[in-house]
Amino acid sequence: MTGPSPSPAIYDLAVVGGGPAGVAGALTAALRGLRVALVDSGARLGGQYFRHRGVPGEPPTEGFARFARQVRALTERAEVLTGRQVWAVTREDDGFTAHCLGGTAVRCRRLLIATGAHDRPLPFPGWDLPGVLTAGGAQALLKGQGVVAGDRVVVAGTGPFLLPVAAGLAAAGARIPGVYEANGGLGLARHPLLALGKAGEAARHLAAFARHRVPYRTRHAVVAAHGDRELEAVTVARLDRDWNVLDTRRVPCDTLATGYGFVPQIDLGVQLGCATRPDADGTPVLRADAAQRTTVPGVWAAGEPTGVGGRHLSELEGRIAGLSAAADHDDGPGPPELLLRRRARQRAFAAALLAAYPVKDGWRGWLRDDTLVCRCEEVPLARIREARDLGATDARSVKLLSRAGMGWCQGRICGHPVACLAGGDPAAPRRPIAQPVTLAALAELTLEEPHD
Amino acid sequence: MSDVIIVGAGVVGAACAYYAARAGLDVTVLDRGPVAGGTTGAGEGNVLVSDKEPGPELDLAVLSSRLWRELAETSGGFEYEPKGGLVVAETPAIQERLVELAAEQGLPHDVVPAGGLRALEPHLAEGLAGGVHYPQDAQVQPMLAAARLLRHGADSFGHGALKLRLGVTVTGFVRSGDRVTGVRTDDGDMLAGAVVNAAGTWGGELAALAGVSLPVLPRRGFILVTEPLPEPLVRHKVYTAAYVTDVASDSAGLQTSAVVEGTPAGTVLIGASRERVGFDRTTSLPVLSRLAAQAVALFPALGAVRAIRSYCGFRPYCPDHLPVIGADPRAPGLHHACGHEGAGIGLAPATGHLLAQVLTGARPDLDLHPFRPDRFGSGEHR
Repeated sequence: MTGPSPSPAIYDLAVVGGGPAGVAGALTAALRGLRVALVDSGARLGGQYFRHRGVPGEPPTEGFARFARQVRALTERAEVLTGRQVWAVTREDDGFTAHCLGGTAVRCRRLLIATGAHDRPLPFPGWDLPGVLTAGGAQALLKGQGVVAGDRVVVAGTGPFLLPVAAGLAAAGARIPGVYEANGGLGLARHPLLALGKAGEAARHLAAFARHRVPYRTRHAVVAAHGDRELEAVTVARLDRDWNVLDTRRVPCDTLATGYGFVPQIDLGVQLGCATRPDADGTPVLRADAAQRTTVPGVWAAGEPTGVGGRHLSELEGRIAGLSAAADHDDGPGPPELLLRRRARQRAFAAALLAAYPVKDGWRGWLRDDTLVCRCEEVPLARIREARDLGATDARSVKLLSRAGMGWCQGRICGHPVACLAGGDPAAPRRPIAQPVTLAALAELTLEEPHD
Repeated sequence: MSDVIIVGAGVVGAACAYYAARAGLDVTVLDRGPVAGGTTGAGEGNVLVSDKEPGPELDLAVLSSRLWRELAETSGGFEYEPKGGLVVAETPAIQERLVELAAEQGLPHDVVPAGGLRALEPHLAEGLAGGVHYPQDAQVQPMLAAARLLRHGADSFGHGALKLRLGVTVTGFVRSGDRVTGVRTDDGDMLAGAVVNAAGTWGGELAALAGVSLPVLPRRGFILVTEPLPEPLVRHKVYTAAYVTDVASDSAGLQTSAVVEGTPAGTVLIGASRERVGFDRTTSLPVLSRLAAQAVALFPALGAVRAIRSYCGFRPYCPDHLPVIGADPRAPGLHHACGHEGAGIGLAPATGHLLAQVLTGARPDLDLHPFRPDRFGSGEHR
């Protein structure tokens, strides 16, 4: 942990999440003179994107130098509380309290939710084998701990995030038998990264693929993983536009990194009663106005919780939220038109990306009756079907009748697939306890109730 | 056209449908949501006799307890656990009162002295004054119970005799003169010989569509769920004597008392809170904190166990704490089976059984006068 322990005083702004959005928001507000605290669950700031060890000689992630400068500036001007997981936020008469595991309580007049997103895996036969991990998990091992996930790593899923993951693994010495993109995307030549004028980033990944002889295949997916105790091979399928299997072949590998987009973490906002809306792909996100204000007064949100859009958009939204929170504090100017226009352009790009990399229904055909859909509670597809047959018509009733999503991860992993199997878009998650907390800690909370 | 339309696919509607189909009636069950999507889906699955004061509700509970046991044998598939209940007393005075109550109830029970508590529940806290053990108390998984009763009712008593229509909202009633002859829905009119209001906490709203008043109000409750434990830590349904007085209270303010039990999934369920705050689903951390504190006071070992989720539901509360069961003389053809407060799971089979007797013109096994729909008078909404 860095920084002194939090003072009992009330902060002008507390930021939850130390990725690009949270750091930008906290720094912007601190520069305007607000007393700011930033809380993050990691040992270091950075979130999913800048998950760095800071090892000398390692090629830095695009934009890391800028982020590192922001972190240094922030540390001088604000309370930075790392290693603290917020499991609940409560509302009081004069603001909010973020309750962290371990007992820290951060009181604030304003709250900025910048909690990022987590990987969205899809189930398929064998996805519970050791050796199968999420693309984000493989990336985290590499960036956070310098661990290459395996010797022969297949990368599969959908979305531009697969590119840096595969390129990073290849550069670190892993052999990559293939990168399988389930969608057609926009074609490599007209790749959306190029479309935004970020030719450098995409070109660097593609050059890395060429250098390491990594095949990149669109309309292909891993539809099964094989192995007795651990992963030995995967079945790679050629897909039609709806992701139905056309033909298959077996590819030996010891590791599979797979990801089908991201699920924004909006638990804290939902706890406080912030309204949600479906993102372009149906995933619930927090509704935010032009100044990144949620529908609950005093609560802002920035980055992926308001819609998946990547680090550039996240940072921009963080700055806008910081300025808006500052204006609320000092009656000074709010976010300038200039920033709002840039955000509009980046959001259009983000929406185009989500539209180019959807999750298509054909994945359901990859499952067998005994394929586990919910790993925590070990619920196979057959039990989901049985629940529907018994009268479950939505994700919640499927959960109640099958136990899918009732376990340790609280549906973070299986929530999206279960909602699809139940025949609908995922609803906003209700997690009054955002992280498991001991009953003793819960019992010891001293709380005031708001008087309204 | 069915003989009976039942509005509500919670556990009470499911039990009504099951017993009506068994009695030979053609039944259609409607629900605007899924099976068990309302209060049933937010329950613990209590099948209790121990917490009832002597009187009509206890009679209903005793009948229901027997029927649940029968259903577990003939239908099953809903995790019926005859685990028994243990009511514990914090002080000798409370223990004295518990022993008196048990004698008045006339139920099978064992008085447990302080020194005998640990034999029943090894992890109970020190310093309790004793308790009363009720072997008849049981638990079911309420969502599965509702779903299985509907399925079993449809499969066992002639195909087509029990139809389930989900995602259909009742918008009004079809009348022939005074008589209710069907329901208007967002999917068209449906006619039937009789209509049963099994809409639970929303039973008052449904009754209002028929022009009759039924003072059913939501009484919110939270339940905390722990991580699954490898070894059962709590064997019975264990609760403190305060639970009995809380259940019987009329207060709108927050009341909590410790109710702790394990489930076949390995989790521990912790209740129970009661407050009348309308249909507000906002989680109240102070309530969860109090529930946690009370559970840890009863079972200190729970302190190190992690809570992973909580949920809330709305008990259908009537001012006299009794359900509404039977024909409504104010709207002939309309019947009610709702307002069971926190005891709907436990009381469902008896409710269904008695209502099927009413529908088929048989003499009900219990006197339904205490449960009559028109007992509240007018303007008694509180």
